[in-house]
Parts: sequence; structure tokens; C-alpha cells
Amino acid sequence: MNYDLLPYLLAMTVVGVGLYAVVCKRNVIKLIVGIIILDYGVNLFLLLTGYRHDGIAPILTPQADRQQFADRAVDPVPQALILTSIVIGLGVVALMTAMAIRIHEKYDTFDLSQIHQLKG
Amino acid sequence: MLERLTNLLPIAVAIPLVAAFVLPLLQRRVNGPRTSRCLTLLVATALLLLAALFITLPDTTYWMGNWSPHSGAIGISLVLDGLSRLMFFIVALITFAATLFSLRYMTRYTAEPLYYCLFCLMVTGMTGVVLSGDLFNLYVFLEIAAIASYALVAFGTGREEIEAAFKYLVLGTVGSAFILLGIAIVYNQTGQLNMALIAQSLPPNSSAVLIAAAFFLMGFGLKAAMVPFHAWLPDAHPSAPAPISAMLSGVLIKALGVYTLVRLFFDCLVMNRQFAYVLIVLGAASMVIGVLLALGQEDFKRLLAYSSISQTGYVVLAAGIAGEMVVRANMAVAALALLGGLFHLFNHAVFKSLLFLCSGATEYSTGTRMLKSLGGLKQRMPLTSSCLRVAALSIAGVPPFSGFWSKLLIIIAIIQAGHLWLGAMTVLVSFITLLTFLKVQRHILDGTPSPAVAQAREVPWSMTTAMILLTTICIAAGLFFPYYKDALFQNTQAILSGPLQLTGPVAAGGSP
Repeated sequence: MNYDLLPYLLAMTVVGVGLYAVVCKRNVIKLIVGIIILDYGVNLFLLLTGYRHDGIAPILTPQADRQQFADRAVDPVPQALILTSIVIGLGVVALMTAMAIRIHEKYDTFDLSQIHQLKG
Repeated sequence: MLERLTNLLPIAVAIPLVAAFVLPLLQRRVNGPRTSRCLTLLVATALLLLAALFITLPDTTYWMGNWSPHSGAIGISLVLDGLSRLMFFIVALITFAATLFSLRYMTRYTAEPLYYCLFCLMVTGMTGVVLSGDLFNLYVFLEIAAIASYALVAFGTGREEIEAAFKYLVLGTVGSAFILLGIAIVYNQTGQLNMALIAQSLPPNSSAVLIAAAFFLMGFGLKAAMVPFHAWLPDAHPSAPAPISAMLSGVLIKALGVYTLVRLFFDCLVMNRQFAYVLIVLGAASMVIGVLLALGQEDFKRLLAYSSISQTGYVVLAAGIAGEMVVRANMAVAALALLGGLFHLFNHAVFKSLLFLCSGATEYSTGTRMLKSLGGLKQRMPLTSSCLRVAALSIAGVPPFSGFWSKLLIIIAIIQAGHLWLGAMTVLVSFITLLTFLKVQRHILDGTPSPAVAQAREVPWSMTTAMILLTTICIAAGLFFPYYKDALFQNTQAILSGPLQLTGPVAAGGSP
């Protein structure tokens, strides 16, 4: 069996768990936690694309050998990408939580089936 | 000289961004609202002038920090080509009209400087998306625009606004997560993030790229409100303040959704038969379902939101036909379909924004937007009524207004492509759109004035100026199309001839 793809499958499982929480949970706070888990899963997947077998961290010190660094370092670009993505996720979750507080002020509940004023 | 003008590309993104950082500082000041209005109007005017200038520039690429593949570095590029020029012009135009309208309309809300801050952030995001040449840069600016729009939909902080904004937020975040997954897969397969380099180094017949394309369709289809992913739009667009509804329906779903779909599927991932068919099916489904749901609505803004889904479906359908014709190597019909689709995108931006601004003016004066409570508006508010009538006739596709010409081009292209049933369906949808907007005109404009309308007065001059500006463009865009077609639309045909090319260093001229 090919175990190379196993980390990717596990990352997609985390994405699946987050998606399940977003789709199936009725409590607004659980939905927010689902979004957080979804973001974690996607970031993990993105990070895994940079992996190199027996790789070293991509920190270039002045004493390091350039050629060896290029041969052995893991890809630093996905690490930069997920840093951006984590910050975006932070902004979104903060906004979502603020909105959840306002929803509770207006509707007196966190139950999504009761928050159903807009129809049609 | 060309180098100097190329430096304007990041300035087009920087101007609204800097304004957005300055504006929250004005929140606590005594004359904060007044200063924020002036600043945003300045930003909108500057963007409109820049957009007019960009139309005269040749195709250029700007590499941030001068890090480019030519010097051996991984860099982020801003690209100005035919499609970017058209989209930037549309964004700048509708931003200007919406800013002009907001000057008086938003005095009824509190926290005006914060509104203008979010507005400038949304404009920054959209400008960044249409000018970006790099896939992840596009994602970052898309998120900026989307987060600003989530907050703007909730700006009224009433029950409905918060509920609509929360729904929009959750669905939008799930869509963005799928876009990021797609970017991850594409980066894994090609090792590049620049859209031109991705097109060059895409592995052929790769199923991973097909999965990435499916994820992109999910994510960007959600931003464009295509039919399986449209559920957020009928709640979000009516709940936003009227100028924001105009921006959301007029430019946001297009810059973040339709433009990115067209850019990715024509330029980045090479167009093939499956992608074209999926775009056609999505477009056709949105067209039909949007207009059928719009017919029965009682809330004016909700009706306009559903009809936005339908009209955006026209554009995606035309893009799909163009893609299919590219695969079948029938370039003439592909060019016609793409021209029709992009012309309809431009027209829809203008007349849908005009419709939402008119609905805002109606609500400002009468206090309601339910069709049953309005009536006889043409006797009390003649300017708003004429603008609304022009916009309604334009979206219904009545000659000589602009909507007729773009729909005609799309229908001719569909029939020349051989899809007779699809063409018939498009004509039927046009007819139902006409029915919908006849209903709108009958309920709002004609008849005897209802109690809500009887005490209405015409709106202030800044709001009517914005509406008259868009009305003039509605009328002129159709009549004078042959004259400005080359300036705005001719260069967009370049995306049909193949994937994006990596242009040379700017000093050497830079055209592909």
C-alpha cells in the first residue's frame, strides 16, 4: 500500500470534520469551531505540500553550505502562504464571533433553527 | 516613460488602502464624517482617472520589489492586460457612483468614517484582484474584499442584517477554504504561483489539476453566486445599505467571481471541454432559476438580488460557450461569445447598480421597499422614476438601451455555436426578465400614489447625480457601442488565443 499519500488523506479528514461541523451543527458557536477546524485542515494540507523526505528546516545561516541547503531544505513557500492564511483566518473568526454575540443580542438564542427570519 | 507609468499599477491598489488606514482615525473627531466623505470622494475620483489612463496604456507587468523570474527570484506581479483594464474600469466607475450616492444616504447611519473605511478596503480588495498576476496574491486581495463586504452587509446592525451577514460569512469562508485547497494542489503540481508560469508548467492530463479546478469552481462559483452556491445572495444584498448593495451586486460578484473564473479557466488552467461544459451548465442553471425565483418576490431589493443571479448566469454561460468554441478551434464564434459576455458584464454592472441606487433612493424617501406598499412614484419623484424606468427597460433587454445589445450578442453566439435549445432558453429567460421588470414598474412607478409615496420628496442632488450618471451610461453604452468597443473590449480577445504569457522586463516594452 502506498503510504506516501497518508498525510494528505489525514489533512483532508480534518477538513472533512470541520465541514461536518459547519453543515450539521445547530449551535452557532459549534459552527464557528467548525470553521476554525476547517481552516486548520486547509493550512495543514498546504503545509504538507512542501515536505521533503529527511528534510531540514529552511533557515539559511551564514555558515551553511548553499548547495546542501538547496538539496535538503523543505519548501519555505507554503510556510509563508499558511502564515498569511492563518492571519486571514484570525480576522474571519474574530468577525464571526462578534457577529455571534450580536445575534445573541437580537435573537436571544444561539440555535440556528430559530434564527430564520429571512425567507423566500 | 513607460516605466514611470507602469509604477501606477501598485498605486492603483495603494490609494484606497492608505485611505482605509487613515479613515478609522477620524471616527472620534468632531468633523469626522465630513472629512471621511471628502477623502473617499477623492479616492473614488482618483481611481476613475487612473482607470481612464490605464485604458490608454499598453499591456504591462509590474514586479513588486523588482523580484522577477528574470532575475532568478520568486516574485509577485501585477498585470495590466485587456481583461484587467476592462474590470478595473468597471470597478472604478461603480465605486465613483456609489461613493457619490453614499454622501447623503449614509448620513442616516452612525459611524460614517468606519463605513468609508470598510468601503475603501472593499475597493482595495477588488482592485487587487483584477490587477493581480499571481494566484496567491489574488486570494489575499479576494479575502480583503470579502471580509470588508461581510462587515458592510451587517452595517445596519438590525436583526435581518446580522442574520444575513452571518450566513454570508459562513458560506463565504467555506468557499475561500476550498479556493485555498485548490491553490495548494496547483502549487503542488506545478511549483509556481504566478499565473503565467502555472500555465506553462501544468502537467498534462493530471487528475489532481481536475480536482483543483473543481475546488476553484466551488469557491469562485460561490463568490459569483452561481446556482448551487447562491443561497447567501438573496439575504445579503437586500440587507446591506443601498450603495453597498449596488457595489456587491454590481462589481463584487463580478470581480471576485466571474472575472476570477474567466481568468483561471482561460489563462491559468488550460481550457478544455469539461471546464467549458461545466461553465455552460452553471450559467444556464443560474439564468433560469434566478429569474424564476425573482418573479415571485415582494421585496424590491430581494427581487433585484435574484435577478443578479440570473444575469450573472448569462455572463458565465457566454464564457462557457467561448471556452467550448476555443476547444473546437472556432475562434470567430468564441470571440463573439466572449465579447457578448463581457459587454453584458459591463452593462449589468451599470444597470444593476442603478437599480439598487434607485431602490435606495425610494427607501430614503418613502421608508419602504415592499412592492405592495409603493405605487405612483413617477408623480412624486420624477428623476428617480425616470432612472428606474431606464434601468428596468435596460435589464429587460428593450432596444435601444444597453441590455438589448449585449443579450443579442450572447444569443447570436449561442445559436452560432449550435446550441439551439440553449438559445431558446436564453430568449425565454429574457422574456421572463421582461415580465419581472414590468411587474416592478407597475407596482412602483405607475398607478396612484400609495400613502407611503404620497409624502415622498425627491432625493438630494448628490444622490440624483449618481443615478443620472449611470442612466446616461446605460443609454450611451448601447447606442455608441461601435465607437468605444475597441478601446474597452478589443484587447480582451487576447485571453482566447492562449494562456497568459510571461512578459519580458518592462524596460524592453513588455507586450506579449
